[in-house]
This record gives sequence, C-alpha cells and structure tokens, in this order.
Amino acid sequence: MATMAMNVALRSAMDVMLERDDDVVVFGEDVGYFGGVFRCTDGLQAKYGSNRVFDTPIAEGGIIGVAVGMGAYGLRPVVEIQFADYVYPALDQLISEAARLRYRSGAEFTAPLTVRMPVGGGIHGGQTHSQSPESLFTHVCGLKTVLPSNPYDAKGLLISAIEDNDPVMFLEPKRIYNGPFDGHHDRPIVPWSGHPLGDVPDGYYSVPLGSAAIRRAGSDVTVLAYGTMVYVAEAAAEESGVDAEIIDLRTLLPLDTETIEASTSKTGRCVIVHEATRTSGFGAELAASVQETCFYHLEAPIERVTGWDTPYPHAQEWDYFPGPERVGAALTRVMEA
Amino acid sequence: MSDSTPLRFHVPEPSARPGDEPDFSYVEVPAAGSVRRPDVDVDPAEIRDLASSMIRVLDEADQAVGPWAPDVSSDDLGTGLRAMVKTRRYDDRMLTAQRQGKASFYIRCTGEEAIAVGQALELGPRDMFFPTYRQQGWLIARDWPLVDMMCQVLSNEKDRLHGRQMPIMYSARQAGFFTISGNLGTQYIQAVGWAMAAAIKGDDCIASGMIGEGATAEADFHHALTFATTYQAPVILNVVNNQWAISSFQGIAGGTRSTFADRALGYGIPALRVDGNDYLAVLAATRWASERARSNWGPTLIEWITYRVAAHSTSDDPSKYRPFEEWKAWPLGDPIDRLERHLIASGEWSAEQGERLRADVGEEVQAASREAEGYGTLLDGRAPSAKSIFEDVFEEMPPHLQRQRQQMEGG
Repeated sequence: MATMAMNVALRSAMDVMLERDDDVVVFGEDVGYFGGVFRCTDGLQAKYGSNRVFDTPIAEGGIIGVAVGMGAYGLRPVVEIQFADYVYPALDQLISEAARLRYRSGAEFTAPLTVRMPVGGGIHGGQTHSQSPESLFTHVCGLKTVLPSNPYDAKGLLISAIEDNDPVMFLEPKRIYNGPFDGHHDRPIVPWSGHPLGDVPDGYYSVPLGSAAIRRAGSDVTVLAYGTMVYVAEAAAEESGVDAEIIDLRTLLPLDTETIEASTSKTGRCVIVHEATRTSGFGAELAASVQETCFYHLEAPIERVTGWDTPYPHAQEWDYFPGPERVGAALTRVMEA
Repeated sequence: MSDSTPLRFHVPEPSARPGDEPDFSYVEVPAAGSVRRPDVDVDPAEIRDLASSMIRVLDEADQAVGPWAPDVSSDDLGTGLRAMVKTRRYDDRMLTAQRQGKASFYIRCTGEEAIAVGQALELGPRDMFFPTYRQQGWLIARDWPLVDMMCQVLSNEKDRLHGRQMPIMYSARQAGFFTISGNLGTQYIQAVGWAMAAAIKGDDCIASGMIGEGATAEADFHHALTFATTYQAPVILNVVNNQWAISSFQGIAGGTRSTFADRALGYGIPALRVDGNDYLAVLAATRWASERARSNWGPTLIEWITYRVAAHSTSDDPSKYRPFEEWKAWPLGDPIDRLERHLIASGEWSAEQGERLRADVGEEVQAASREAEGYGTLLDGRAPSAKSIFEDVFEEMPPHLQRQRQQMEGG
C-alpha cells in the first residue's frame, strides 16, 4: 500500500497490466519517452521498451484506427488521447468501428481497447482543454464509459477496463490528478496524501465496471455525481447543512441503476451534478432514469447542476464551473420544494 | 474595384458524360514489359518513376513479357481464372436475387476480379486482408463456401452475421478476410494497426488494405500512410482506381493532378502503379510488396488501374452520369478475357475448356443458390430472430440491454 496521486495510480495500473499481459501495449502522443503531458505513462517505456510503449503521430483518428487493427489482431491496446477535447477526429473509428466490430462480425473480430483521456476544466484550459464529452460516448451502443474520482478507483477501474474485451472510454478528471478538488479554487490545493482513497495497493486489484459507490450516506436528498463533482457535492452538503447521500457513479455505462434507485427511493429527492454542458448531457439520461424508476417516491422535481450550454470559457472558468455554491443552492431548493 | 484578375473556381469534369463518346485518352498505356523491376530492398527515392508509369505483363500477343512476368505455373493461373469466372457468375446470380426481391442490395465487382483474386492466391493463409465492398473475389479464390456468402446477402436464418449487416458486408476471419465496414476508408488504417501488431509480436504474417481512389480523400488514408511509414509497418496499401466513385470521376479525389500512387512518395513509401486488369501483373506486384513487407522493408502502396464496369451498386444507375457502355472503350480490357487468352496462347487452355469451366461454375453457383435460398430470403421473412439484435453489442449483455430485450418481447 502506498499513497498515490491519481496520475500515479493510473500509471501503476498500466505498469501492472504491462507486466501481467504481453499483449498490452500503451501508446499515444508524447506518452513514450517523455511519459505523457500529465505524466501518466512516465517510466513505462524505459521499463517495457518501445515495442510496448511508444509515441504516435498527432492523429487521433489514426491512433484509434491502428488500435482497432491491433485489437482485431489480438493485442490489448491502451491508448491516450492527450485531451478529451482532441478526440473528435477519432469519433468515426470509435463509433463506427471500435464500438461495432463485435456486433457486425458476429464476434469474429473484437476491439478490446481502452481509450484514456483527461476531461474537465479548472486548469485554465479554455474551450479546447476543458471539455467533458462523456455523453457523446454513452450515447454510442457498444462503448463503455468510465470516469473515476480518486486514485484507488482509478487504478482498479483502469485494470478492469484493460481486461475488458470491449472498448472502454476511460475519462480522467484532470483537475483531480494531483488531489481532490471541491471547487473552492481560491483555497490551497489539497494533495491525495491526506485522503483515504489516496491509499493504493502496489500490485494487482480491480474495481468492477458498472458499480457505483456511496461516498456520503445521507437521508435528505440523493446526489448523483462523478469525477471532480463528487468533491464539490461533498463540500456543498457540508456547507448547506443538507444531509445528502452522494453517489459516485464511477461507470456511466453500464450504469448502476440499482444503487441509484435504492437511494432515491429512500430520500425522495435527487440532484444531478456534472461539469459537462446541460442540454443532452448525461444528467438528462440520469433524470429520465430516476423518474422512470422512482417517480412515485419523488417529493420534488429533479434538479440538474451542470456547466452552462456555452463553450468552456478561459477567463471566466469559475463562472462556468458548477461549484459548491450552485450545488448547495440546488440542495436547498429541493428541500424547500 | 481594383484591376486584379477575378479568382476562378475550378471544379474538375470527366472526359465524357452521357451522350459523349467515351474518352480514355488520359490513361497512358505503356507497352507490357517496359517498366523495370527493382530489387525489393530498393531505396524508395530511386523508384519514384514507378508511381507514374504502369506495370504490365501481358502484351498484345497475350504473352507474359518483361521483368515483372511472374514465375507461376499454368495450374495456378488456371486456379485464378476459375476464381475470377466464378466470382463473375456469383455476382450475376446475386444481382438476379436482388432483382427478384430476395436481397435488399448488391454490389458487383465486374472488371475488377483480378485484383482481389490475385491477392488472395498470392498472399499467405495467415495474412489479413482489409477489404472494401468490391473484393468478394478474395473469398471465392480461397474457396470460402458460396452458400455462406449467399446467406449473408440474403440475411437469412443461416447468416453468420445474424442479419445485422447490409448484404455483401462479409466477415470471414478464417479466410483472412476482415469484417467489411460501410464507412469508407476506415479499414485502411486498421490494416496498418494489424501489421504493427504483427511486428510488435515478431509474427511472420502481414496485412493488406484496400481502398478506392475516391476514398483516398478520407483522413484514414493519410493516417494509414503516416503510421505505415513511421513504424515501417509490414502492410500492402492498395488503391483500387476504378475511375468512378459512384458518380464522381477520379478527378474529384484529385486524380487529375497526380496519380494516386504519387501520394505515397511524400511519405517515403515506395509506390507501384499497375495494370489491375492484368492478372499476372497483379501477382507480380503483390509478390514484390509482400516480399518487402516480410523482409522488414516496410510498406508498399500499389495503385491498381482498372474500371468499374458495373453500377456502383443496385441502387445506382451509371447511365445518368457517364457514357452508356463506356466500359467497351476501356483500354485495359477485361481481366478474365486477358488471362484466358494468355492461357490459350501458351497452349495451356482451349475454348472448350473455357466453356466447360463456365458450365461447371454455373452449376456450382446455381446449386449453392438453391441451398442458400432454402434457408430463407427477404421474400419469406425467415430472418434471424428479433431478439438476437441485442447480442454481441458487448461480450456480456449489460442490464439495460436485458431490460430492453424484455420490453421488445412485451415483458
């Protein structure tokens, strides 16, 4: 057991899997010799050689395209898209190819890829280094979408994703690579070293895909969150005094609807929080799912607290970011409804 | 206004449209045997001229001539001829089935049979072919069961792809035939990835990717060349230039400014431009590229010059955009006729044998068709089960799909 930051835990997951499975290969822009702009693959090329860990041309469509071919051959590619904002040139290969290969070939060919990408804002990244495109992936049949919130889960989920025989989109909230962040950007940065989920086993373990975790038990309202927003929700609950039950979804698809239903049926109230833009965001799917399963338990309208439907601005990022004040206000509103 | 010249927008036009005389004067046809054959370890920079010439083996007297004439037995040529004839007969039968309403759609490869058949017989059993939709000849050359192919086209109970794919989008891993996409160009970069994987694992098999000249405009084409040259992937990158992408002539993909083989030169990839209707040239060029790849000399791009004789698909009417029977003026002839004439000229074949071959193949296709239609066609509704649509989305069916399947069943 060691204290690890989230980027270190992710590196540890890849290290473990490169060691365990000769078919695992890791590649992407700047991930080889240099070790990635967020250091997630630091040292892996030196340890496993450039046959297993290597740099690629700046061509996301090419990166996913060769990964599909490698997966069909029998390798287990783990690729990094440097920022989620750069994934769009690869959508054809992801949507029409990786996600469909098993289906269209009657399982003759499969695409056991893991596609890692940093998401979210709060690092002055502006509109091209801050986006959260998870709902683009959850809308595609054949893709799984994972979004961890802490080092322990990040490593265990990444190992599950690599072992999965289908393509997994693995979205990493970049603002919490180095520590949990509750949205109070004016306060000192908190490292993972003080956090219980920063304690990460050195070796192999896994966290199953499709399973949510309850981060804070509560009785007043269920908060559905993932990634950075888990910490924002925790801060909002403490600061508003609302006894919220906070569910960290961890995997968006397949979605752990049982945990959501059990909690919302109990509390009768639901607030959904995500950093992505609102319209057609994953919160819409969550809200629909909650009303389908819990309508007769609900005592207030479901609230969504999200990024605004604008590009992620640079200078005004804290006006965009759904911080603890906005989440706290929503908690208070649903209690007053 | 200033006195500057107004800018002029250029939209290329083909040499002939409906009502015009066909005009293939833009296709320069060098004499067979006139192009040199470099060693496979040649520096790509030394053979740039091969991207703008045309490798041809069969001459006007139907003899195999020049340095590219491959060492191939007449038996093997007979195998190739049979596969091409069978492919054409198969296409005719499937077109009829579509016209009868038994299949929703079909695509013929008339005039292009030599390319897929030649590659199928020249490459190894463990090599992987990443086809487009006009390479059914590969499967037939590898003796893949016609009934299996037909069941896919008919989307019937025996369709191994369970009715999920449009007709002709076969998948046959055991035949080294990658699942066909409906999106153009995607398989090209995947072929490079497959070849990279083979190199990473120290394997001894290679990949061959196909793309049409029209789809070279897709980013995947350029990704494929970038990755193939960067990692020196053991891959053959084929461009089938059949002159037409549905209604767009090859100039709409930039083909009037340089050859498609020329595209490779900027990437440092050696390129051959080859008469795709010359079966012996197909074997020879494939062998050269394959030897390069297997010897760790990296990728080769081959532009195959051919002509799409048939409509793009059963949903297309070429008389709307190109001269009626333009194919009759195509200067490179027909691949089946040319190979057959060569075998006859070599004393290895006769017109009677040709007739017997056609009769045999006709019976084989007819028998297969009877059997396949016995498993169902579009007309009798014997399609794969509705609930099977939920399978193979993932390896294991997640809860939301289980629920949706129950909903479909009225649960």
